[in-house]
Amino acid sequence: MSPLLSFFSSIDPRPKPGVPLKVQLSQIDREMRVPIVLFVVSAILWLQAGTVFALIASIKLHNPEFLGNVEWLTFGRARSAHLNAMAFGWGNNAIFAVSLWIMARLCKVSVKHGGLLVVAGAFWNVGVTAGVIGILTGGLTSVEWLEMPPQVAPLLAISFILVAVWGVIMFRYRALGHVYVSQWYILGALFWFPWLYVIAQTMILWLPARGTVQAITNWWFGHNVLGLWLTPMGLASIYYFLPKVLGRPIHSYYLSVLGFWSLALFYNWAGVHHLIGGPIPVWLVSAGIVGSIMMVIPVVVTAINHHMTAAGNWRAVWCSPTLRFIVFGGMSYTLASLAGSAMALRDINVITHFTQFTVGHAHHGVYAFFTMTMFGGIYFMMPRILNREWPSAALIRTHFWCAAIGITIMLVVLHAGGWIQGEMMTALDADGKPKYAFLEIVTALVPWLFSRSISGMLLSIGHLAFLVNFFWMLAGRKGDQDGPTLLADPNEEDVR
Amino acid sequence: MKNLPLLFMGIFFCLAFSFSGLILSSMIQYGHLEPVTEFVNHPDTGEQIPGAFIEIGDKLVQGVNQPDEQTFPIESVGLAQQGKQTYINMGCLYCHSQQVRRKGFGADYERGWGDRQTVPRDYILQQRVLLGTSRTGPDLMSIGMRQPSAEWHYLHLYNPQFTSPGSIMPPFRFLFETRKIGDAPSPDALKIPDGFPAEKPPAGYEIVPTDRGRELVAYLLSLKLNYELPESRFSE
Ligand code: HEC
Ligand code: HEM
Repeated sequence: MSPLLSFFSSIDPRPKPGVPLKVQLSQIDREMRVPIVLFVVSAILWLQAGTVFALIASIKLHNPEFLGNVEWLTFGRARSAHLNAMAFGWGNNAIFAVSLWIMARLCKVSVKHGGLLVVAGAFWNVGVTAGVIGILTGGLTSVEWLEMPPQVAPLLAISFILVAVWGVIMFRYRALGHVYVSQWYILGALFWFPWLYVIAQTMILWLPARGTVQAITNWWFGHNVLGLWLTPMGLASIYYFLPKVLGRPIHSYYLSVLGFWSLALFYNWAGVHHLIGGPIPVWLVSAGIVGSIMMVIPVVVTAINHHMTAAGNWRAVWCSPTLRFIVFGGMSYTLASLAGSAMALRDINVITHFTQFTVGHAHHGVYAFFTMTMFGGIYFMMPRILNREWPSAALIRTHFWCAAIGITIMLVVLHAGGWIQGEMMTALDADGKPKYAFLEIVTALVPWLFSRSISGMLLSIGHLAFLVNFFWMLAGRKGDQDGPTLLADPNEEDVR
Repeated sequence: MKNLPLLFMGIFFCLAFSFSGLILSSMIQYGHLEPVTEFVNHPDTGEQIPGAFIEIGDKLVQGVNQPDEQTFPIESVGLAQQGKQTYINMGCLYCHSQQVRRKGFGADYERGWGDRQTVPRDYILQQRVLLGTSRTGPDLMSIGMRQPSAEWHYLHLYNPQFTSPGSIMPPFRFLFETRKIGDAPSPDALKIPDGFPAEKPPAGYEIVPTDRGRELVAYLLSLKLNYELPESRFSE
């Protein structure tokens, strides 16, 4: 056999025929151990780094002299380091781990040549590290969601594709039969993200398009990172873990088809709502608004589908660490998306645009939905990958409550503070003059920004609990009990 | 669903659809906008009339541009262009927008951020468009007209509390240096207000902007919305 041919046959990940399913699955888990551990370790370390930058940025917003003379931590840079560490460090590594694992299990194949995946993943992390350092030391581009210096883009794009291709290979060699909705989402997202990234990088940084076409490209990209990358991966996890842990099928196949295709069709168009009132043709804004309103369809459809699957099993949801996070994430998805559709209406947008309300909305989607589902996924996956239980239920409980209460406080204060900021900004008195001087608005906003820092500290405690529990488990500590680590005793009450 | 090619086509066309609908079509629609003069000469009388089109009777007729006339928008050059780099890599954009919404939509006009709405043509000469999505601070599209004093900007950048007590804008002291006074004090040495004794330089020293500081202020002063475009006239 020629070397090329033998390489291709060696990546064929199908299990030998005749092996029972249980054995197959544990074989998959074993073969994926090294790459998945690498991704999860990186994700958790990035989560901590991103949290530190978040706290710095947050404190600076109400206390500008805090680290005020450190050039590389000035607000604009600390904030961008935060976003990139979180989105591309924490988010992408968590996605690589969870989505490739779900894909492997659903396709009933695993990764051959896991070493290549490890190398690609390592380069991804080198790229993000270089990018974040670049932001801090003067390479910040001030293009939202593309803040890293353009020089790291080729490295990121290539290592991304080398990671993503394993998902496609698994899908190609999948066991015959039904393709589950999680697989569509993962496949779609793996394909959408590099396309978005390469186009945006080219049209904004390498060969800049003329004038505000840049801005349109920017928000087509920025919003689709949420809509066609983080969201499908979050939904794929909910669709996989919810029925899996509950041991019952998803409520309706047809609703999941409808949800997938309507999301794929409408989300793309929604990004222009970041430019309402801006210097672009009005019809484009209208297209963006229509896309945003139509998003109600996939959101409601998905919400019904998830709710009907979980309905009647709330006790199980409460006991399982995975489901607590996943269900919190799923509910947040519905709320955040409906709020997003409302924010695209011109009458509401005129108040909320340019304020902290938008930042609140961003964390609603990216934390309360996406990050929470990833936490849930990691809680389910790691015991199977490592063949060990989570060492401490108390730490999981701490993580959950800090995250749930922390993010709720953050959302309340940013939405309320942002709304007040927007109302004050647009209010006119009887003579048609602004009612509030700009500095009055700033003063009114400060207490809300301060409360956000408090909520951030709560979230940080949760992240630390997660870190400790994870590395404790990695270091080999076994759980106290024989069965899985649960948060409540499932037999306490009737499992209905 | 088992049909892989169909799934793939769907995934592909969904994104291709929005890419063509939003990006390609806007490139086609206004990717070739050119600068215009503020005034055109009446084809018959030679009279100068604001705007690119002239109504003659009930017809719209394009006026004639003179070859050596100033066209708008103006490209920022030299010092201001370098200052834009500092504006970019300090991340001023994350608190300041550069766009004015139309009168009646928000209070941009009433706040004095610009006498007219900004339109695509205002941005066509910019290598990097900095519209921004946050107004933690005021819009800066016309800051060069609203606040034309370089001295004010230096003080404000050094410590925003000097000029705007209670501001949450960060200080940018690293765009300045403290140095020994030479033969005579420099003309642009900061005059620290009396309420801030701790910020005053030691005797015999002065605080002056570095090159980056000077460039940044040159950029801020170059941000003006003092011209009209045919598609966007001053309100009232
Ligand atoms: C944390 C957010 C923040 C950042 C970052 C920031 N600013 Fe500001 N800026 C403000 C706020 C708030 C005000 C209003 C109060 C004041 O005048 O300080 C302001 C006011 C201004 C003004 C005066 C506007 C007016 O209408 O009087 C200018 C000029 C300005 N900023 C320039 C800059 C530049 C240049 C940078 C980057 C080097 C920058 N700002 C970074 C928040 C910020
Ligand atoms: C520890 C908890 C966190 C705190 C205290 C925090 C704080 C902040 C702050 C201060 C900003 C800047 C807001 C501004 O520009 O005015 C910000 C922006 C942002 N953060 Fe966080 N953050 C946290 C967690 C996260 C996580 C986990 C993610 C993503 C996975 C995330 C994603 C983002 C995004 C996308 C933005 C940009 C929002 C926008 O520009 O509208 N954050 N965050």
